[in-house]
Amino acid sequence: MKVLMFGWEFPPHILGGLGTASYGLTKGLSAQPDMEITFCLPKPWGDEDQSFLKIIPMDCVPVVWHDVSVDDISNCSGGRISPEVYYSMRDCIYADFRYIHTNNLGCIEFSGRYPDNLYEEINNYSIVAGVVARQQQFDIIHAHDWLTYPAGIYAKQLSGVPLVIHVHATDFDRSRGNVNPVVYGIEKDGMDHADCIMCVSELTRQTVINQYHQDPNKCFAMHNAVYPLPERIQKMVDQRRSFREKKEKVVTFLGRITMQKGPEYFVEAAKLVIERSRNIRFCMAGSGDMMNAMIELVAQKGISHRFHFPGFMKGDAVYEAFRDSDVYVMPSVSEPFGISPLEAMQCRVPTIISRQSGCGEILNKCIKTDYWDIHSMADAIYALCKYESLHNYLSVEGKREVDTITWEKVGERIRSHYDRLLGI
Amino acid sequence: MKTICLYFELHQNIHLKRYRFFDIGSDHYYYDDYENERSIVETANNSYIPALNALIEMAEENQGFFKCAISLSGCSIELLETHAPQVIGLLIKLVHTGCCEIVAEPYSHGLASLGNESAFRAEVNHLCEKVEGLFGVKPTVFRNSCSIYSDEIGRMVYEMGFKGMLTEGAKHILGWKSPHFLYNCAEASSLKLLLRDNRLSEDISFRFADSNWSEYPLMADKYMDWIAQLPEDEKLVNLFMELCALGVFQPLSSNILDFFKAIPNEAQKRGVKFATPSEICKKMKPVGAIHVTDPISWVDEERDVSPWLGNIMQQEAFEKLYSIADRVLVCNDRRLLQDWDYLQATNNFRFMSTKHGSENAYRGIYDTAYDAFTNYMNIIGDYITRVNNLYPDLENEEISPLMMIIRNQEDELNRKNREIAHLQKTLELLKGKSKAKASKPKGKKI
Repeated sequence: MKVLMFGWEFPPHILGGLGTASYGLTKGLSAQPDMEITFCLPKPWGDEDQSFLKIIPMDCVPVVWHDVSVDDISNCSGGRISPEVYYSMRDCIYADFRYIHTNNLGCIEFSGRYPDNLYEEINNYSIVAGVVARQQQFDIIHAHDWLTYPAGIYAKQLSGVPLVIHVHATDFDRSRGNVNPVVYGIEKDGMDHADCIMCVSELTRQTVINQYHQDPNKCFAMHNAVYPLPERIQKMVDQRRSFREKKEKVVTFLGRITMQKGPEYFVEAAKLVIERSRNIRFCMAGSGDMMNAMIELVAQKGISHRFHFPGFMKGDAVYEAFRDSDVYVMPSVSEPFGISPLEAMQCRVPTIISRQSGCGEILNKCIKTDYWDIHSMADAIYALCKYESLHNYLSVEGKREVDTITWEKVGERIRSHYDRLLGI
Repeated sequence: MKTICLYFELHQNIHLKRYRFFDIGSDHYYYDDYENERSIVETANNSYIPALNALIEMAEENQGFFKCAISLSGCSIELLETHAPQVIGLLIKLVHTGCCEIVAEPYSHGLASLGNESAFRAEVNHLCEKVEGLFGVKPTVFRNSCSIYSDEIGRMVYEMGFKGMLTEGAKHILGWKSPHFLYNCAEASSLKLLLRDNRLSEDISFRFADSNWSEYPLMADKYMDWIAQLPEDEKLVNLFMELCALGVFQPLSSNILDFFKAIPNEAQKRGVKFATPSEICKKMKPVGAIHVTDPISWVDEERDVSPWLGNIMQQEAFEKLYSIADRVLVCNDRRLLQDWDYLQATNNFRFMSTKHGSENAYRGIYDTAYDAFTNYMNIIGDYITRVNNLYPDLENEEISPLMMIIRNQEDELNRKNREIAHLQKTLELLKGKSKAKASKPKGKKI
């Protein structure tokens, strides 16, 4: 079975959870027998792990015919596309795209990020997708997140094979209900054309059904998973000091500091805890458009002496932060899935999540509160810092629970949906 | 001839209210009055009142034939007194028919038998006093909270002067033995043990209205046939259940009360009779000792104490609570003692269970086990501070010698009382003799 996937991010160069999820999902799916995955990325760096799938760099696919030599191709593309594939793609150019700015290979350049001219980039992406869809052979199309829905729709119209779209987030989550009509339009269009909609949680599925008016029979909850930590990282997080050893406890928030993640509730809860305790510190790692507002809020509450902003973290720093944390809090206002609690639990950090988070549907060994219920959140933070048994129980059992959530199982379930769509 | 021993537990816990850590030190009232009133009134209306009426009717119709036993926890007596006094009235009426024995249990329905012996003895005495005041009878048979039993508990119960004890006929301690005999405690051979037949008991309390059960619908004649057809030498059938099995677990619409009302007649037809636990302890001879090293209970498939002490959170809460038991016992602050009774209830620990299958279990006002633990620990935190503030300069290590002195003095007083009584008796005897002697010569003279 050949799957053509459209995605926007892929590790190691990622901006958010979408990249991590795309990696896990494709790798889990590749464990299925007879599965060939072709993954289209706007701008891969060339150092992606291609052992289990084939990556098509969309910024190396020609849309304008140029007579170029083999050497030119390898020079200009940095070796990311082979000349045979390039020439074969070039034969599939289907219209005159000279009005678009292209480079000397006849390719459109992508930023691969979320730039200001995002709509233009999305449009260009679907133009390139037209070439790819004509050149490739595939049985199913799988598009990740709204940026790639137009490409998915176009590929479906060209090839007539079933379209699966994967809803990693909706604009309702990102905007707390004040949707951007253009984004909503793209999302709804994608869903209307899809044969199967995979949502990362039941919560998202309900949004898709109720806000995008989709047929519940074609919407399925497909929860994310995590990969076990690499040995090196596991060793690092295993150096965590025991509950009794640590006189001072650290409570961590880690993520983009934006409206969706509910950082102000974390600050409010911190205020309640700091007033009543002497040995608890708070740490808000990450960056985002609400960061300055949060720093101001913390100062206004008069808790700056115990509330810290270490800034954006990536790579090992994230795991170091987990290792040194005693409680992880994710107070998201609306979280389609939210993979970071699972990562915290892998590092044996007891976790508090909001009930409005999709991952809560598959996690039991963590504390759930409503995001707005700062009293309950503060109470849970205090209990985890104060009562050793609760801390140890969630630490050990949380790790055990998260170890059973694997991408291979997700791959199996996705495969069964493919089979059903293809009538196998 | 077979004998049925029918026993009902009447217990409702006192619900704790939502108590945040910032309430510690400022708010010393821990109870959810609304939920307490709501739940006790609901249970009384749906279960206790109709069930007790049915039992009274059965007792009056089968005067001297039908017998049963009931135990009440102190907390539930208090709840009933406040919110549903008519239930107490019915209980008194039932006891006055002479068919119903009151069995003793710990006042708080707690785990003191596993945590602190003095606390356990104190609360059993407390309940006996309460029951005596209400019904005018002194219990002679004991049942621990949730039928928790071990050899050690048996010894304590015997030392408190009880003749018999009710507990679970757990498979793992019985092995090939049958619960249909009277046994005795391994550590105190004079304490008789009545073991519950869990299959026959749960046929009524859990399965009666379950239409997926192969024996559904259960009728009194069929049920009595099962009992009558038991092997010849198995003479005792102990049916123990919660009173709210009649009306709550098995809704009244399942006609469970009609089933019960038909039982005495069907029993009589088959030559099966009823007896109260104390009658059984008096009349029957135990066939042997039962050894129970690890505590058993009547809950869950394992029939052990894992529903209350199965995970580390429950264990921490349990240890914290009983770490101050000695201090509480030496105080005489009425409010502290009352809180002590309410906080010990097993339900508080059950709500923290994370056992497999407990995910959707009833948790009172809580959503999850963690929620229950956090709330309880916050309350205990406040309570412990209050208790410690009572004797702030006294270390825990200093208390136990003091407790020892008090206990020794008490023992000595008791011994002396006994001695005085004995001496007085002999004195009277001697007086009587001397009188007789004095009158004899007179008689001779005459």
